[in-house]
Amino acid sequence: MYDVIIIGAGVIGTAVARELSKYQGRVAILEKNPEVCQGTTKANSAIVHGGYDARHGTLKGKLNKRGVELYPGLAKALNFPYQRCGSMVLAFNREEEQKLWALMENGKKNGVEGLELLTGEEVRQIEPGIAPEVTKVLYAKNAGITCPFNMTFALLENAMENGTELFVNTEVKGIKEFGEGLSLFTPQGEFQGKMVINAAGVHSDRIAEMIGDRNYKITPNRGEYRILDRKAGDTVSHVIFQTPTPDGKGVLVAPTVHGNIIVGPTSDGIDSPEDTRTTKAGIEKVDRSASKAVPKVPLRESIRIFSGIRASVEGSDFIIEPSKTAKGLMHLIGIDSPGLASAPAIGEMVVGEIQERLSLEKKQNFIEKRRAIPHFEALSNGEKEGLLKANPRYKKIICRCEMITEGEILEAIHRRGGATTLDGIKRRVRPGSGRCQGGFCGPRVLEILSRELQIPMEEIRKEGTDSKLLSGKLKGALK
Amino acid sequence: MMKDVIVIGGGPAGLGAALEAKKAGATSVVVLERDRELGGILNQCIHNGFGLQEFKEELTGPEYAQRFINQVKGEDIEVHLNTMVLDVTEDRRVTVLGDEGIQEIRGKAVVLAMGCRERTSGAIDLQGYRPAGVYNAGMAQRILNMEGYQVGKEVVIYGSGDIGLIMARRMTLEGAKVMAVVEVMPHSSGLYRNIAQCLEDYDIPLLLRHQIEEVHGKDRIEGVRISKIDEQWQPIEGTQQTISCDTLLLSVGLIPENELSEKARVSLDPRTKGAVVKSTMETDVPGIFSCGNVLHVHDIVDFVTEESRIAGRNAARFAAGALPRGKEVLTNPGKGVTYTLPHRIMLEDPDGVTLFLRSDVIYKKARVKVKEGERIVKEKRERLIVPSEMVQINLSPEDLSSLTGEIIVEIEGEEND
Repeated sequence: MYDVIIIGAGVIGTAVARELSKYQGRVAILEKNPEVCQGTTKANSAIVHGGYDARHGTLKGKLNKRGVELYPGLAKALNFPYQRCGSMVLAFNREEEQKLWALMENGKKNGVEGLELLTGEEVRQIEPGIAPEVTKVLYAKNAGITCPFNMTFALLENAMENGTELFVNTEVKGIKEFGEGLSLFTPQGEFQGKMVINAAGVHSDRIAEMIGDRNYKITPNRGEYRILDRKAGDTVSHVIFQTPTPDGKGVLVAPTVHGNIIVGPTSDGIDSPEDTRTTKAGIEKVDRSASKAVPKVPLRESIRIFSGIRASVEGSDFIIEPSKTAKGLMHLIGIDSPGLASAPAIGEMVVGEIQERLSLEKKQNFIEKRRAIPHFEALSNGEKEGLLKANPRYKKIICRCEMITEGEILEAIHRRGGATTLDGIKRRVRPGSGRCQGGFCGPRVLEILSRELQIPMEEIRKEGTDSKLLSGKLKGALK
Repeated sequence: MMKDVIVIGGGPAGLGAALEAKKAGATSVVVLERDRELGGILNQCIHNGFGLQEFKEELTGPEYAQRFINQVKGEDIEVHLNTMVLDVTEDRRVTVLGDEGIQEIRGKAVVLAMGCRERTSGAIDLQGYRPAGVYNAGMAQRILNMEGYQVGKEVVIYGSGDIGLIMARRMTLEGAKVMAVVEVMPHSSGLYRNIAQCLEDYDIPLLLRHQIEEVHGKDRIEGVRISKIDEQWQPIEGTQQTISCDTLLLSVGLIPENELSEKARVSLDPRTKGAVVKSTMETDVPGIFSCGNVLHVHDIVDFVTEESRIAGRNAARFAAGALPRGKEVLTNPGKGVTYTLPHRIMLEDPDGVTLFLRSDVIYKKARVKVKEGERIVKEKRERLIVPSEMVQINLSPEDLSSLTGEIIVEIEGEEND
């Protein structure tokens, strides 16, 4: 019997797990996919929002602000990328300038510091790429960017190092209450826990329904994006928003922590929470809006288009509350933007609630820090030499676009909760995320996965359960 | 460590350049290759048709490569495999990562021969899901021909580039069914002989002026929706159809890999995506030369070899301080021509100059004209010129000596889609 079972290994589930791993008790995370970080966490803007946008008095307003405060310490302890690059909301006319005032007032009420209104001239001094038509800008110094993948892997690895157990390919199909807790039924068998945390993202309403909580309804909302080559990396150095509309914060142009530029997202209500298609209309909208804010954004340097799904709910605030029908079940529903920015604070809040019920003892031997996988290219020459001496596998470059060595790939596979799929490797250490998109390194990464995991090449998957890459050996092939 | 000539890339261009540099008198020649063997992309091209110009016989890619590898082995040429060049500077300092760790090698001359890469689904805004089973044709070729695995059984090919056409035949021979080759242009972008030998011989339909509107299937590709497009590239309503497939190969163009050239501050031509070069294959950075697919994408390896010899020879001359210099004039693409190479020619070139060019559309009964103002310097007749097949025209030392200013290359003929 587990003390706590977390459903869903996205950034929210792993943030809860990591916070919880500071305490004694047996904790499991169940993930339906072959790998962690495969839902909303894998496809979003990667922005740590400043906290001025979320309406004052809401959970979002409170948790976003607290999340931003927690980020620097967390990123340092767990060694994931985080840059406080600042964000700008652009106004093109008087009406939009009014909205900037309102945003700033809201931000101040939320307790956000470092908000400033700049004139168009002032702002073009520090961000020359933005449109000449921009009249005023709300500048938020505390906004930042992160890597949602590596943040999730970092949270997970550290939680696992502190005892959390991970079960992948473990989809919850049914929930039942019993005397001391809840039973979760999965293809991997039954899991019992005193408490269960529903962090199932776009599927959290379905999980709630399994126990009879029928009052939640997630409206999946799709956002489409474009990623530009690192060549375009100096297009902007801040996160550039436009004045928000009822549809949300609109299309942004932002740097990524890996040196690319991301543009997007759109905002379209869709029927299926799995519908991650990109559309011609969506991408055209992204291009149009991005060019309005940053006229010279080099959209031709595109290396990938993709879309992600927001788990939006009516009322648009986060819902973090106990089940109305089952004791010991907590729902985390409607965690859309600023979910990533709020994740550390959500972890803190949920663990507070768990503590009220279970009163777990603090661990004396909690390991607070986690070492990142060394990224060869980012090291100084001296550090490179040191790493090569310690681990000769770093001499071999597998991905030529992002300069990823075999050493990095091996770590991605053999760490706790390590990669088993091609995209799992890509999200951890980036081969395949560069300009050739795996054209050269794909076969080599397959080979390494097959060798290290001791599974045949034909069994290696791109990402999902039914995403095998090869259909078999050639009839005449040697070996 | 100082070397006469450092060649970056051990494919056909690099090998040709290294051999020729040696022949032209360079004492120390080094080839740096990132892969585990020499030969480059030729190693995965197990079909025949290579070497007709160079050896007057039909070889496979590995056979063609092996002839050069054997010659390199017979010469005092230093070869480093599994060696990645991390940086090249304007003053020809080359930083490498290989079995010996990180090292810096200085070159009196450097030849850039890094080849090209394929355009991807992200570069062409392919709509729909992003499932397994969408491969670049060259990547699939490597998996089949070098690793011995099949990538799928029901295939659609997007784009009619040569690698896509070759893979249509190759996968058919391995028991897969190729449903169609979908091409947005009104003509194929592959060689005529490949259309005939890889599609027509196997009854594989080539759908010209068609586009893939959407990819179906979330985990593994299940099909594509295609439509016919009009001359404004808009889909024609009512022509939509869905083709079932478990594999989509993309053969939508090649891009020279000039990231290192950019580090060395070599100027690039936006049309070729390769370096701006003189007739010696020297870039605008003195002592740095470029050849092969990193310079511009070739359709026949024999032309790469020819070009690499010019680069290698002149790199050796530069290293010896004997690169001839003289008056240069610009070459410009004129009517009907998308690009010409080299960008500048030297009038005193003792070897004469070969101009390479590509046409914008198909021309029948064509005439290629090299003009200085209104004067025709050279004219060449071709029965048929297609954009996918590079045209060469030679200027002898006499032709060159008659020039005083820049030249324009034009194509005249019956335009034909």
